[in-house]
Amino acid sequence: MDFTLSDERRMLQDSLSRYLADNLDHERRRKTLDSGAPYDADLFKGLADLGTLAALFPEEAGGFGGTGPDIALVFETLGRAGTLEPFLPAALAAPLLTDHAGLVEQIIAGDSIVTLAHTEPDARYDLADVSLSAKPTLTGTKTNVLYGAQATHLIVSARETGDRLDPEGISLFLIPTDAPGLTITPITNVDGTASAQVAFTDTQADTRIGEPGQGHALLETATAHAILALSAETLGAMEAAKDLTLAYLQERQQFGRPIGTFQALQHRIADMLTEIEQARSAVLNLAGHLDAPRDTRERHVSATKNLVGRVAALVAEEAVQMHGGIGMTQEYELSHHARRLVMADHLFGDVDHHLERFIHLSGG
Amino acid sequence: MDLAFTQAELDFRQEVREFLATSLPHDLSEKVRLIKRLGKDDYQRWHAILNDKGWLAPGWPLKHGGAGWSPVQKHIFEEEACLAHAPRTVPFGITMLAPVLLAFGTKAQVNHHLPRILSGEDWWCQGYSEPGAGSDLASLKTRAVRDGDHYIVNGQKTWTTLGQYANKIFCLVRTDPDAKKQEGISFLLIDMDTPGVTLRPITLIDGQAEVNEVFFDDVRVPVENLVGEENKGWTYAKYLLTHERTNIAGVGFSNAALATVKRVASEVTSGGKPLAQNPFFAARLAQVEIDLMAMATTNLRILAAAEAGRAPGPESSMLKLKGTVIRQELTSLLRRALGPHALPHQPDFLDGGDNTEPLGHEQAPGAAPAYFNMRKLSIFGGSNEIQRTIVAKSVLGG
Repeated sequence: MDFTLSDERRMLQDSLSRYLADNLDHERRRKTLDSGAPYDADLFKGLADLGTLAALFPEEAGGFGGTGPDIALVFETLGRAGTLEPFLPAALAAPLLTDHAGLVEQIIAGDSIVTLAHTEPDARYDLADVSLSAKPTLTGTKTNVLYGAQATHLIVSARETGDRLDPEGISLFLIPTDAPGLTITPITNVDGTASAQVAFTDTQADTRIGEPGQGHALLETATAHAILALSAETLGAMEAAKDLTLAYLQERQQFGRPIGTFQALQHRIADMLTEIEQARSAVLNLAGHLDAPRDTRERHVSATKNLVGRVAALVAEEAVQMHGGIGMTQEYELSHHARRLVMADHLFGDVDHHLERFIHLSGG
Repeated sequence: MDLAFTQAELDFRQEVREFLATSLPHDLSEKVRLIKRLGKDDYQRWHAILNDKGWLAPGWPLKHGGAGWSPVQKHIFEEEACLAHAPRTVPFGITMLAPVLLAFGTKAQVNHHLPRILSGEDWWCQGYSEPGAGSDLASLKTRAVRDGDHYIVNGQKTWTTLGQYANKIFCLVRTDPDAKKQEGISFLLIDMDTPGVTLRPITLIDGQAEVNEVFFDDVRVPVENLVGEENKGWTYAKYLLTHERTNIAGVGFSNAALATVKRVASEVTSGGKPLAQNPFFAARLAQVEIDLMAMATTNLRILAAAEAGRAPGPESSMLKLKGTVIRQELTSLLRRALGPHALPHQPDFLDGGDNTEPLGHEQAPGAAPAYFNMRKLSIFGGSNEIQRTIVAKSVLGG
């Protein structure tokens, strides 16, 4: 058993943390959000130059990582700093782009963004719920396409055979975002991250990812990677929220003493710390089983997303409550982390979805 | 015992329903139903409609233009108004300041201020909390120093809800810095347009500038704007807080929110079936409904005691605790019910009229902002930690 980081990973974590500490604070993030820009392009490029994206791809694809622990380390660091930049698409796309070395090179350099266009307006969290048709051109609508308005390419799930909820018959296609027949409507999410709705009208789809009709397994793999990334990012945001809360409990004076001296709050911060350690272990569990056989991996996917989602809501709500009014203001950093913590539950399946899925995967 | 309302109360409920059906403007109720953001005009329009009916100030005596309702009647009105998606009545003048003036103000103050509250000429806001005085309100520092016929006020208030619409603010100020902290506080009425008063909006976690900081820089306030006696303000403030805590359970809000969550759960699908049929979601929803059913009866028990003339004790703190947790859970359920639709931020829809189209579902734009906004329920009006301390002290002493 060894839970220590390798020297290479520790170096990456140190350089990322240092760069983020020097280049991102709450004021700069608010400036970006107020400017209407989807994210800070300079920050994204700077982080790409440090190898942040390369760490999400294996060596044979031109990166230097791509394993569960690599993904967890990068995203926890990003989450702790509260970045808005488009790294999650790379985590999603990495396992799908094994045959696209040129494109991966551009992604690693931060010059291309490839994102998954999968969720349909009425599909909720069911991965198999695909109606967008490939006959053979694509027609239909995708929503919650992360950074869809900034992406250079989309990986689109489309139905070639079968009914709406059938796992069989889903195919994946790689499409440049300047393809004819695409209407991309930019969205800003409640937590400040960028997204888009994409409408396809007879869009040409020439480049397949994987075998025809076999897209569901690939979607599961991509989503497993994304859930690890998002859970680790959420863990980082928990740590940030915890640090702010701890500092506040020691600084804030009411009734002539620091509020952290009240046992009512001491017990609650103790619960928060305990739950965050649970979340850290859940992230490690998934990181360690990302390359395990499908059934084992997917049990960990659902277990981790469920536990992290529960803890994230608790941490957000308790951190705000222990701060009082100041914790609810846009000006104070906690509000950003609180929004990320809560809204992450709405991506790739919420706590209920993954509880139900865990029961099914466990033979229930 | 008898859990049923009396015939007179049932008749009253019917009268309220009919009034709401005919007098509540559809565009206003749609805004409330969709959790859009209401502006000053929206509130004032609804106030004027209620005032025409004589129902704007439920608890005031009839001779001052109030409705003279009993606690149960007030509760029935709240329930029906919430279910009809009526805007809330802005409480600062009507249910916060006026009871204090009626109890402790001069005849001149009552006769001057109450009609102006009803007519909408005055919009009051509350100057209580300060950056250093939240849960420990009595440690407030804003100073008022007597200078002839005036007080000179210096200091800062914060979390002043809807202060941007107000022309008047009632403040707790320190008039005796040497007395024990609760004993040197006075209750002062201040015109917001007095030189030296400035307001700075605070944007909250949901993107809305609902609260403000108010700064006082050598603000001259005539001494006749003092309410009651100098240095007795804490007594009046506590009296006001008990008024703030009536309807703190928010049963009406919760009933309306529960109905909204149920409707959304029947309209959105999960795995091709209505979400309402998903056992995991259904269990969450049922759990809150069960809690709400019991809390509604707790609320009625306390109302009945109030009608019998008994002053509420720690029960109002218990109501605040349970009531806020239930309301917050319902905002959480609405967010959950909408799934991925809750993600996009749609300020144009929330601020707009009828002509903006929501993305996803009509309840989607308001869901996450309401969830974040309603975190305030367990913070303001005496945080839930303070309420727990009150409950514990009532049985353990100390």
